[in-house]
Amino acid sequence: MTSSLAPSTTTPLQVSAFDPERIRGEFPILATRVNGRPLVYLDNAATTQKPRAVIDAVTRYYASENANIHRGVHYLSQLATEAYETVRQKVAAFLNAPSSREIVFVRGTTEGINLVAQTYGRAFLGAGDEVLITGMEHHSNIVPWQLLAAQTGVVLRVAPIDDRGELDLAGFERSLSERTRLVAVVHLSNALGTINPVRRICEMARARGIPVLVDGAQSASHLRIDVRELGCDFFVFSGHKLFGPTGIGVLYGREALLERMPPWQGGGDMISSVTFAESTWAGLPAKFEAGTPHIAGVVGLGAAIDWVSAVGLDVVAAHERDLLEHASAEISEVPGVRLVGTPRERASILSFALDGIHPHDVGQVLDAEGVAIRAGHHCAQPVMARFGVAATARASFAVYNTRDEVAALVRGLHRVRQVFGV
Amino acid sequence: MMELSALYQDVILEHNRSPRNFHRMDDADRHAEGRNPLCGDQLTVWLKLNGDRVSDVSFEGSGCAISKASASLMTAAVKGKTRSEIDRLFQRFHDVVTGNSSPETESRRELGKLAVFSGISAFPVRVKCATLSWHALKAALEQGAGAVSTE
Repeated sequence: MTSSLAPSTTTPLQVSAFDPERIRGEFPILATRVNGRPLVYLDNAATTQKPRAVIDAVTRYYASENANIHRGVHYLSQLATEAYETVRQKVAAFLNAPSSREIVFVRGTTEGINLVAQTYGRAFLGAGDEVLITGMEHHSNIVPWQLLAAQTGVVLRVAPIDDRGELDLAGFERSLSERTRLVAVVHLSNALGTINPVRRICEMARARGIPVLVDGAQSASHLRIDVRELGCDFFVFSGHKLFGPTGIGVLYGREALLERMPPWQGGGDMISSVTFAESTWAGLPAKFEAGTPHIAGVVGLGAAIDWVSAVGLDVVAAHERDLLEHASAEISEVPGVRLVGTPRERASILSFALDGIHPHDVGQVLDAEGVAIRAGHHCAQPVMARFGVAATARASFAVYNTRDEVAALVRGLHRVRQVFGV
Repeated sequence: MMELSALYQDVILEHNRSPRNFHRMDDADRHAEGRNPLCGDQLTVWLKLNGDRVSDVSFEGSGCAISKASASLMTAAVKGKTRSEIDRLFQRFHDVVTGNSSPETESRRELGKLAVFSGISAFPVRVKCATLSWHALKAALEQGAGAVSTE
């Protein structure tokens, strides 16, 4: 299934016609110099940079369209409402969701998961019921379930991962029990780069009548997402990792489930009527959007989706796959480098350790070379524990990265070894 | 831009490679753990007291070059000192790494070898690395045992 917004661009010919330099020109920040050197931005898993189209859309909104939405009869309010609701349809098409009623705007992936835990979880899960996650989850797909567990007596179970950093699918299936009521799984691991077999996971869960939440924080900017093809019940992602603004994200939920779920936050816009005795709730998706939302963020997210769809996520994926394979081979040549996580299906992310040198020191020396990577536990401490490290260095690639930047990273790693005399 | 060599001075790199007093101390009077939750750095400081004086001190843990070298140099600096001398030294050290002390002042001279960490003031995110072991030492002196966090 091809999204109506994404041009079909799967042939090798079109891939080779891809020009990262033209793409780079659309990102003002990529012209920055850091410590006297050109910025090499390889921290895309933390947040992506923003193309001019997104920056301009947010500026244009504040300069000429700003008003509150949904309740004004005046011109600007109608303009803002239309801009906001148009993006909802755009997001639905981007995810191939059946209806824009299934698209709820939230602050980001974290808020989306918390929303599901606190509404679906508290309404339909009870003591002894199980939520199944995997051993490679980000803290944002662990802690909300622990909070739910403390409130309701729900039990959190964890499906194992293997030494490559892949989900043990047989172990996952064994972890599905009579009491499993929800599966929550990361699509693309932020710490290891692993792409999980989400379709298979959804099939296994569906066969047992268990809904599945997919954490798409990392995947949405690297893989084409089709929630119908994946077969998931909830899909969550953040705008800022998809070239959009911070503070805006999306929860997709299957309509039948969203209908049954109680509201999350109470306030304006989420009600049908209010008296001091009682209130009734608005329909979908307003029921989950109390208060004035991040309208400018939604507008920016719409511009980001337009931008990435015009480039084509298949083209993005092909370019990044090429870059990741190249980087993986080049980095492995640096003496003392050990890759943490070597999954067969992977995207964007390379986590590694350098013998005898702490990742923070690696990051510090690279910064002096203008190379921005992440060093730390990546909000995935259980993953670090699984691989017996406290932290890793992580390079994460986006559509605008180049082989020259991989070369700068590798030069930087040699410099690190030189500084530390190893 | 601050040169890297101001941060990673030779003394620091050398203590990172061969940390002093780097071992558990099973017969310690006091110990405390220090954690930097943002980066996962963790170390434990053990000490023996002779009255008000620290007669022996050691540490163990995992962390970056700055936290390891700082802990190593700290153990060498505080051995034989009284609590109030250590408090004063930590205050001086803190002033220097946070940039609240001008060069060539009395406090810098008091620091001796610890002054190699003055370059950290240009790298504010690394201040927590340099002070982690000091916070753990302080906790051990004050509480006897427990854990401290940089957050």
